[in-house]
Amino acid sequence: MAEWEAVIGIETHVELQTKSKMFCGCAVAFGEAPNTNTCPVCLALPGAIPVPNEEAIEGIVKIGTALDSTINKDSLFYRKNYFYPDLPKNYQISQYTFPVCEFGKLDIMVDGEPFTVGITRVHMEEDTGKSRHVGEGGRIHDASHSLLDFNRSGVPLVEVVTEPDIRTAEQARAYGAELQRIVRTLGVSDARLEEGSMRFDANVSVRRGPDAEFGTRTETKNVNSLRSLQRAITFEIDRQIRVLEEGGEIIQETRHWNEGKGVTISMRIKEESEDYRYFQEPDMLPLEIDEEWQQRVKANQPELPAQKRARYVGLGTDTHTAELLADDPALGGLFDEAVGAGADAKQAGIWLTQEVVAYLRREEKTLSATALSAEHVAELATMVAAGDLSSTASKDVLNGVLAGEGTPREIAESRDLIQISDSGFLDTEVDAVIADNAGAFEKLVAGDMKMIGFFVGQVMKRTGGKADPRLVSEMVRTKVQG
Amino acid sequence: MTDLADLSIAEAGRQLRAGDITSIDLWEATVTRIAYTEPHLHAFLTVDRDGARAAAHAADAAFKAGEDAGPLQGIPIALKDNMCTKGLATTASSRMLEGWVPPYDGTAVAKLRAGGAVLVGKTNLDEFAMGSSTENSAFGTSRNPWDTNRVPGGSSGGSAGSVAAGAAMGAFGSDTGGSIRQPAALCGVVGMKPTYGLVSRYGLIAFASSLDQIGPFARSVEDAALLLEGVAGHDIHDATSYRGEYPTFSDGLDLGVKGLRVGIVKELMVDAIDSEIRSASRAMADKLADAGADVVEVSLPSSEYALSAYYLIAPAECSANLARLDGVRYGNRVPADTTDEMMAKTRAAGFGPEVIRRILLGTYALSAGYYDAFYGQAQRVRTLVRQDFAKAYEHTDVLISPTTPTTAFEIGAKTDDPIAMYYSDVCTIPSNLAGDPSISVPVGLDTQGLPIGFQIMAPALGESTLFRAAAEVERLAEFTARPLLAVSKETV
Repeated sequence: MAEWEAVIGIETHVELQTKSKMFCGCAVAFGEAPNTNTCPVCLALPGAIPVPNEEAIEGIVKIGTALDSTINKDSLFYRKNYFYPDLPKNYQISQYTFPVCEFGKLDIMVDGEPFTVGITRVHMEEDTGKSRHVGEGGRIHDASHSLLDFNRSGVPLVEVVTEPDIRTAEQARAYGAELQRIVRTLGVSDARLEEGSMRFDANVSVRRGPDAEFGTRTETKNVNSLRSLQRAITFEIDRQIRVLEEGGEIIQETRHWNEGKGVTISMRIKEESEDYRYFQEPDMLPLEIDEEWQQRVKANQPELPAQKRARYVGLGTDTHTAELLADDPALGGLFDEAVGAGADAKQAGIWLTQEVVAYLRREEKTLSATALSAEHVAELATMVAAGDLSSTASKDVLNGVLAGEGTPREIAESRDLIQISDSGFLDTEVDAVIADNAGAFEKLVAGDMKMIGFFVGQVMKRTGGKADPRLVSEMVRTKVQG
Repeated sequence: MTDLADLSIAEAGRQLRAGDITSIDLWEATVTRIAYTEPHLHAFLTVDRDGARAAAHAADAAFKAGEDAGPLQGIPIALKDNMCTKGLATTASSRMLEGWVPPYDGTAVAKLRAGGAVLVGKTNLDEFAMGSSTENSAFGTSRNPWDTNRVPGGSSGGSAGSVAAGAAMGAFGSDTGGSIRQPAALCGVVGMKPTYGLVSRYGLIAFASSLDQIGPFARSVEDAALLLEGVAGHDIHDATSYRGEYPTFSDGLDLGVKGLRVGIVKELMVDAIDSEIRSASRAMADKLADAGADVVEVSLPSSEYALSAYYLIAPAECSANLARLDGVRYGNRVPADTTDEMMAKTRAAGFGPEVIRRILLGTYALSAGYYDAFYGQAQRVRTLVRQDFAKAYEHTDVLISPTTPTTAFEIGAKTDDPIAMYYSDVCTIPSNLAGDPSISVPVGLDTQGLPIGFQIMAPALGESTLFRAAAEVERLAEFTARPLLAVSKETV
């Protein structure tokens, strides 16, 4: 029988960090006292009606454009009806037919291999409030009462739905990571998984080989990190295979990822798909996103992570360094400026992703809290290229710059780290050493190349370690060739 | 001397500006009239004596200071109790919202306050505006000032009755399928439903969002135009609000109908319409022709299905609109062990039978497997109705018909037969489905002494033409009768 294959689709909710909520003027803010950012609309008081937020629409068009989607010129809002205490209208304004974006794709790299995930749709909706269950176990089943906070009610929410194209947990994680990068690059959301501003639901099923029909799927929720996304899917794939191999059946249900135990747990059985009684939202007219608006968004689209990585590699960094730089806007920004100021890209990339990152971690600082500027990086690179500074010494100097001790040259001078690369002076020194060690020079001439190190060492000794060893080494070779 | 409560808004405005009377005089005349009529009518759920007096004082102070916020400054006006008023209880005649005090003013209410209107109180309605008689109010039935054994119509029955009885100089209601025009017809006053989107719905407790529209009740066409001007206009709080320009409706009321192309709707002149009403409508059509209008018969073939379509679309929308009334955040709550049970019990106890019937109808019409046959089909009929109107307006400027199939009926006559009650809106519903403006003007009394309403319809944003035609109908009708209740104070 064919090998088991998993079929995975991901639904991602992204909270947009707009100034105001999706359908009212309340601020989108986190961590404020409960029910302070509320109004008749987001509390669903009688008589209150929604007005769509243009900034949020622009946000979803940016996401859809970045995902190569078709942007529907006329898009419709629908009411999705279900009763839940933190959903104040007891319907969610969402989209159904004619979402803002359809038919997109996202290209990712998994283990160095390119992979394309189809994007079914990207639609606009609103977030719910938050319930807090109080008393006893703190779970809904045993709580004595629940408290509701509607600050989040009506926050713009974008849902990105993939095709069932994903086959492994690694691909799922790579997809999630790339989507997160894109959303952050677009500046529409901070996309923090642990805080819920980006949330994944993983639809997983398994089947016997790529030609078999899709199996029954489960939907796993409460995945709060990229690592959990991978772990939860891995667990779910294994669980389903085990159940099927033991002759059992997969039940279509929603499952809850328990991070501590590393397992998914059944939440509720979807006996039949819930009837949300979708109908077109009569409080709103069809949303029109004309060609001009679409083109404006396209024209103003920032460089996307994939484009940035490719550019960095083109400048001379290795793939891994390019990824690290592209993932960190502050680091990437400094890198771009430093290269612009004349720094060697490969050298600058290594410094930033290694020395600088290590320093920031050690000192628990952010880049902007250090004194390091693009000019510093460029100056440092120039000094190394000119032979004024050894590669080893450059790291010390860089740490000094980060600590605010001055410019690279100031630090190199004050620490007496400037190399002697004056060839005239060094030539005299090399000649002097050869004259003092005629026997050793004979051996070198006879072909014992180990002796080069000896001569370099002698010159370093005579110059108090300040000679450029690379230059000295070259000079000794030249002398041998006579 | 005329009781000040019986003045028209236009006349009261002239006297206020001439310094002959004060707003406090109008307030006193109105509360005196309310005190006299209210025990017979039960038109109001709340009378805001103190708030109204303060507003009247403020209006007088403004006049004194030379400030004039417009024709409604100092005028006592009543509001249907589904319009949210900050600090003043708003119930939609439902137990669910008994005692609820909105923390905000709806846009129309805010405009009226800004315009210096004196808001005297909140009027009775069928619960959540669902009904045609006010018998569905959780707080008692309102009565018709022409015959207190009869209904004032509905759902805005309290607003219609208060204006007819002189208990307010003007009033506002909401019209989803005829809820302004039908009670206006039954109470012998002018009632007008504007173009959908002309008046903001923000703060109007929603029944059916795609159909609801706030509009005025008045004792003259001119007053209705003045009232509408006080609340119309674009609102950033309503996404369906009309953004464009529109003319001043009260201009051109005396232009007459010479050359106006008038279509009398064939399908609304059938046997199911009371013969006296049909005769009155026919007579008015003839008078319009005599006055120079070009009267022709037109057909709106799909209007036959309009009533059925309406009773799917409106309940479908209401099933979602009323979902927010769950006892969680406001309103009355029936405690229970779980949240689901609390919500279910709250709704079962808070809603009256007609509201529950419509929520069930609407929920059913939207259900998977039934959506297309019911809601989807109703939307297609709605499109056909719109097309019928568009076709009719290719060769007419306004359409005319009776407003209602019967005059005011007796209390209890139709409460056991929802379908018969629904039929009360047969003439008014097509304009709601089309989103067009429409007005009812009283044109006479039937042999029982009950008022007959005459409906004029115009294409979207055709308010100026509509008011111009209505003003001519008003002149031709010479309808001067007043309900006994309004005049008995002097005669008794």
